[in-house]
Amino acid sequence: MILPALFFYLFAGVCVASAVMVIVSRNPVHSVLYLILAFVNASGLFVLMGAEFLGMMLIVVYVGAVAVLFLFVIMMLDVDFTELREGFIEYLPIGLVIGGIFLAELLLVAGGWVMKPDTAKQITAAIPTNVSNTEALGLVLYTKYIHYFQIAGMVLLVAMIGAIVLTLRHKAKVKRQDINVQNARTPELAMAVRKVASGQGLQDADAAEWVK
Amino acid sequence: MTIGLGHYLAVAAILFTIGILGIFLNRKNIIVILMSIELILLAVNINLVAFSTFLGDIVGQVFALLVLTVAAAEAAIGLAVLVVYFRNRGSIAVEDVNLMKG
Repeated sequence: MILPALFFYLFAGVCVASAVMVIVSRNPVHSVLYLILAFVNASGLFVLMGAEFLGMMLIVVYVGAVAVLFLFVIMMLDVDFTELREGFIEYLPIGLVIGGIFLAELLLVAGGWVMKPDTAKQITAAIPTNVSNTEALGLVLYTKYIHYFQIAGMVLLVAMIGAIVLTLRHKAKVKRQDINVQNARTPELAMAVRKVASGQGLQDADAAEWVK
Repeated sequence: MTIGLGHYLAVAAILFTIGILGIFLNRKNIIVILMSIELILLAVNINLVAFSTFLGDIVGQVFALLVLTVAAAEAAIGLAVLVVYFRNRGSIAVEDVNLMKG
């Protein structure tokens, strides 16, 4: 009985502490690494709650993809991060005031609410007790919520295409293959037959036409 | 000392507040702002999963999965916009982002 509580406080404490380090650390690379730590501990919380699949998904998606993406971008851009930290102290008091009020409100709400008595009857899809969490999720995700699942896939597709369209650029110096131009090329466009005077060869005056 | 729904909600509330605080404190550094948004979405996910498991309703986990999808897409697009902005201006200071309006 004491062990789940112990692990809850461990995961929650490390998660909150590393979240604080994400926003206060000077080096953004450290921020990303603390973000990874926060996500790993949040996934520990998920496993503790009994949502194993989402816990593993959190590690795969966030640590494996999102955090690595952040790291790539930080290392790719040559940014002077010290000048970006100007105003940190300036914004600290107002930020703390707003954050404090917000947190107090949220905790009051979280501590003061009661569940409606017939909430238990209103649940949409009860968690089956005889199958694993992954299987239970799959049983509803691929049947009842298949449209949501498909739309999520579309969101990812649009995001992928958008990211590629935004960052792709054609450098002027780099030669690229243009298949239409290649197919439209005929012998008449590519070649010219010249009568060369004997003993003289081609003159420099013809050079402009050679390159055609 | 049993861990109930309120404990998880408190953790989520603290994480959410830290995310908002991060947006306030790092007004100039858009990379940290994006990371703060990830923290906020993580707090939302913890809320969804906590209610899902404590009410015995699996739908919350389905929606947490969808939030995860949107968070990943948002990070990809946000970082792509950031890279394009850096190419154009040579810095990532977001305070003069309004100079970009055409």
